Amino acid sequence: MPDPAWRSLSQSFLPARCISAGPIRRILLACLWTMALSLVWVANAPLHAQTAPDKFIETVSNRALERIRNDPAIAAGNTARVLRFVDEEIMPHVNFERMTALAVGRAWREASPEQRRELIEQFRLLLVRTYSGALSQATDKTVRMRPLRGDAGAAEVLVRSELVGARGDPIQMDYRLERAGQDWKIYDVNVLGIWIVQTYRDQFAQEASAKGLDGLISSLKERNRQAAASSSR
Amino acid sequence: MIRLRPLLLAVVLAAGSSGFAQGATARDPLEPLNRSVFAFNDALDRGLLRPIAQHYVRWVHPGIRQIVGNVFSNLSDPWVGVNNLLQGKPVQALGDFARFGINTVFCLGGLGDLASELGLPRHNEDFGQTLGVWGVPSGPYLVLPLLGPSSFRDATGVVAGSLADPVRRIESEGERTAVALTRVVDARASLLPLDRLIEGAALDRYTFVRNAYLQRRLNLVYDGDPPDEPDSDPEPKE
Repeated sequence: MPDPAWRSLSQSFLPARCISAGPIRRILLACLWTMALSLVWVANAPLHAQTAPDKFIETVSNRALERIRNDPAIAAGNTARVLRFVDEEIMPHVNFERMTALAVGRAWREASPEQRRELIEQFRLLLVRTYSGALSQATDKTVRMRPLRGDAGAAEVLVRSELVGARGDPIQMDYRLERAGQDWKIYDVNVLGIWIVQTYRDQFAQEASAKGLDGLISSLKERNRQAAASSSR
Repeated sequence: MIRLRPLLLAVVLAAGSSGFAQGATARDPLEPLNRSVFAFNDALDRGLLRPIAQHYVRWVHPGIRQIVGNVFSNLSDPWVGVNNLLQGKPVQALGDFARFGINTVFCLGGLGDLASELGLPRHNEDFGQTLGVWGVPSGPYLVLPLLGPSSFRDATGVVAGSLADPVRRIESEGERTAVALTRVVDARASLLPLDRLIEGAALDRYTFVRNAYLQRRLNLVYDGDPPDEPDSDPEPKE
């Protein structure tokens, strides 16, 4: 550790006058090294242990909020920037295939791989386009975790939080998480108590039973096309 | 909320006589009727209420709008307190009454919201929620003319709320109407940001709004902490 800060630290711990004697000095140094190494080990420990689910949401939320604060283009609703933000900050933490499957419901089982791929892509576009408008509201918000209910060690956990701003009532935001290795993935989100999956399930079922899965896919495409047209206007 | 009861009665009668159409989900047996009321409300909103609210937001200074919102919020706090009391939450109720006292006295009849800054947050309670806390199920979904999404339980709550409404106590009919209309515009203006979201997000706006409304109300009855019910629909397997 050649860096000067470290040297001054070790010097302040080990003033030369106190430890002039060789063996004592060596023992103290050994102790110091042990401490340093254990610190390194502790810092790396989360890589080996399961992250707490609420901690996970807190970290992801804080990172996303910070990026929104620092990038005016996102808050202004620049579609390309918003899409990149979502792809980089949100999507890596979402099991979007499961989210789509849950929203589509029973018809998912009959869907071909190609239909599934299209459903996932169109649903993702729909959510990103419509909810990106809300990002401009998030510039003054901070996240506050609500107490975790249930067992943090379970395979699926409900994590509850709220976004707090300088003005206005707190905005409730809850997440359903599934265990993904050492980490977690989100597979449903609610805002003010309204779950995304449940909100779309009735609409998707209605559309699919009236026009079939391909009908549902083309309705989604049509929706997204309209949204793209109106946002570029 | 003026002249609400005759309208409500008409809805219930119409519901009874139109019969229950096929294809409706369990929570919305009156879907055909609800859809026509929804379409009526929507036309009225697009033709009249929304443009007025948009002009209000465009031409009236945000500070003034904030004050208007504060005054109506303050007027509603005592009723919120009564409902918290009825729901067995005396501490929250006390907070609501304290809010009303503080904002009325120190903010000249509620022009400001000092109480929030003192750490007494506003609560969202109404009689529909109180009935829910008492165990009354929401009953069939109901779209009320002019008032929008509701349910049999929540419509009962709306009637109770309108009976307790302090605006009713205003003597002069002209003033009463003016205050009531201003409140409608204020409420509509606060919902304007949602319009774009619903336009863009919904495949079928009727179904979207119904689903969002029922979830939101359940969430409010449980103060943000509803029981995590197991999915009624089995998860599709790979």
